[in-house]
Amino acid sequence: MDLTFSQEHQDFRKQVQGFLEEHKGTAPNMKAVNGTSSAPTPSVKRWQHILIENGYTARTIPKEYGGYGGEADLIKGLIIQEEFIAADVSTGLTGQGISMLVPTLLELGTEEQKRKWISATIRGDVVWCQGYSEPGAGSDLASLKTKAVIEGDQFVINGQKIWTSSAHFSDMCFILVRTEPDAPKHHGISYLLMPMTTQGIEVRPLVTITGDAMFNEMFLTDVKIGSDQLVGERGKGWMVANATLKHERGMIGNPAQTEANLNALIKLMKAETCDGIRAVDMPVFRDRLMRLQGRLLGLKLHSLRLLSDDLNGKAPDHGGLIVKYSTAYLNHELYSLGVDVMGELGTLYGGDAYQSELDWQKMFLGSFSSIIGGGTAQIQKNVISERGLGMPREPRVTMGAKGWAMM
Amino acid sequence: MNFGLSDEQGLLQDAIRGFLEGQTPLDSIRKFAADGNGLQASIWQGLIDLGATGVIIPEQFGGSDLGMFDATVIMEAIGRTVAPVPYLSTAVLAPIALLGSGSDAQQQDGLNKISAGDVTFGVGLTEATGVRRDAGLTLTGTKLSGKALFVMDGLKADQLILAVGSDTLVSVSATAAGLTRNRLNVSDKTRGIAEVLLDHVDCELIGAAGSATQTIEKMIDAGRIGLAAESFGAAEILFYRARDYALERNQFERPIGSFQSIKHLCAEMIADLEPCRSLIWYAAYAYDELPEEASLMACHAKANTQEVAKMVARSATEIHGGMGFTDLMGLHYWLKRIELNRQLLGGPEATREAAAKLQGLVA
Repeated sequence: MDLTFSQEHQDFRKQVQGFLEEHKGTAPNMKAVNGTSSAPTPSVKRWQHILIENGYTARTIPKEYGGYGGEADLIKGLIIQEEFIAADVSTGLTGQGISMLVPTLLELGTEEQKRKWISATIRGDVVWCQGYSEPGAGSDLASLKTKAVIEGDQFVINGQKIWTSSAHFSDMCFILVRTEPDAPKHHGISYLLMPMTTQGIEVRPLVTITGDAMFNEMFLTDVKIGSDQLVGERGKGWMVANATLKHERGMIGNPAQTEANLNALIKLMKAETCDGIRAVDMPVFRDRLMRLQGRLLGLKLHSLRLLSDDLNGKAPDHGGLIVKYSTAYLNHELYSLGVDVMGELGTLYGGDAYQSELDWQKMFLGSFSSIIGGGTAQIQKNVISERGLGMPREPRVTMGAKGWAMM
Repeated sequence: MNFGLSDEQGLLQDAIRGFLEGQTPLDSIRKFAADGNGLQASIWQGLIDLGATGVIIPEQFGGSDLGMFDATVIMEAIGRTVAPVPYLSTAVLAPIALLGSGSDAQQQDGLNKISAGDVTFGVGLTEATGVRRDAGLTLTGTKLSGKALFVMDGLKADQLILAVGSDTLVSVSATAAGLTRNRLNVSDKTRGIAEVLLDHVDCELIGAAGSATQTIEKMIDAGRIGLAAESFGAAEILFYRARDYALERNQFERPIGSFQSIKHLCAEMIADLEPCRSLIWYAAYAYDELPEEASLMACHAKANTQEVAKMVARSATEIHGGMGFTDLMGLHYWLKRIELNRQLLGGPEATREAAAKLQGLVA
């Protein structure tokens, strides 16, 4: 066990701290940077440009595609994350275009696609939404039915998508469609890049339990896009999408963000009183807080262990599969405690004068989305047990003449 | 950076695990439990021969001067095999007491003997973490009177180190006149836990009276980390036994491990267990290298691991169905080890409250 940082990394940490000291006052706040209701504002884009220039975001994306062009260095990545969270400064845009499409294009896109999209995406000039899920294809995503047929040099798309976050202000959509209807379900899918201004796209906001329309339904009727908008090969879209899903799992499970939430909770519990007693002075609440802190420390150190294994060339084990699952529930319970600490006031929502600095009710409601999104917790547990622990898949069943039967 | 075992620590782990696994088939564990001493001489001697008793002792006293991290690796292996050995008291807590507060002569004598395996210690810190009933010791000069409860490994030890209040440490011979020790009938029969009654017993102070607060705190930190590691080892064994059983046990013409109800229990167990490993490793590392973080990490490592280990013990027992409840399957030895560790040196509620205090969250 050796957790000491090299001189280079210690110097790097000082450099990051110096940067934060200088820019702390002018950085836009976290919520403004990654809101789910509108495209990035000019000030957010300016901040994003500063971060790229200094190598604090898009760090390993090559210069020719608009990135910083730094070498992959997991420890520097860790230092950036730790210092930005400690200073409560946003590490920049994290939308699905940046976190999912860009890595996919880097891995599987053509040179032309990389040049056209990566720079514009990481700079916040092009906003993307993800056209994956359908009403009949959720956990079983590969059963999707939206189809695209080739007519001349165009794909003609028909079908319906759902849970498309940000679709109402996105410029582009990376979308999965069925192009080979006769092939087995995983082999007939293609991955396309679709401009959202194309005729035939109708976006209807889907109001969620938070009261916001963070998701949409998207109806596609004879939407025509160029055949050069294909990523990877035709019929190989499932493989391309899996490269992307891998990135999504990383995005949703991030203990560093949870640590920032816990710090906010401690601050709340020191301020909020009932009968004149601070929440932190009530043993029952304090015990709940300490339970969450213990679990958070475990997950944070677990992530450090995974990073270290990666760094030292150890093969990944089941350890990586649990982060998203555990972090989602931890966040949910953390927000629940924030609500309970405030009692009746905890049910206030959306900017009521009696609320605390943070909208705990809204964060609590919103936290369901990370338990469900990117593979529900139940699907995650299948993945952990099957891929991580070598347990068998559930047999498939079919409705026969005498009721349900195993296939 | 390496978050995990070094090559040398990996070798240590393999050697200790390999030896202990060979010594602890289920039939033997049953015999150890029936015997109830908490000290199986041949296993203890094997650990001494492997150098395990000297890992935190400086080389000048015959030890290998490794650290708490290495002791934690050994404690985990002991938990995996529910081995009946007085390791925590003799090889971890007694050296910390002597190194922290002992005189040169006490260190010279005690530490050399521990390294060489010539002495066993029992350690009583219960009254420094939470007084039960009428327990408590009073010291008058060098005469010790009163009652110490749950003296760890105390039943068969040669020598006892006891905390008097939370600021004084004493060492007494287990055969001293006026000292009586009685077996406490804990459910974990592989441990020798004692009630020690003292009536004007001659003792030796470790450091001046009232001067050992910091040493006692360090012993409690190390004890919590060691117990957490032991419980983690026990829980990991229970988990893998349950997973393996689920793959071989058939009902409804399928392995029960193909039912999602069982798969999800397994996923929940491993998802909660894995972070405990990292938390315990970090706590031990902090004890060695980052002393300002050690107490907080020890509290969280113990509280969190004990909650998880209890859940794992329950789920693993359930997956075995009726067999899980029997002595035939023997899962209960690991469950009981976890249960006793949960309470020693402070249960989860107490250690979480201690964690809150350390952060200034308790008014």
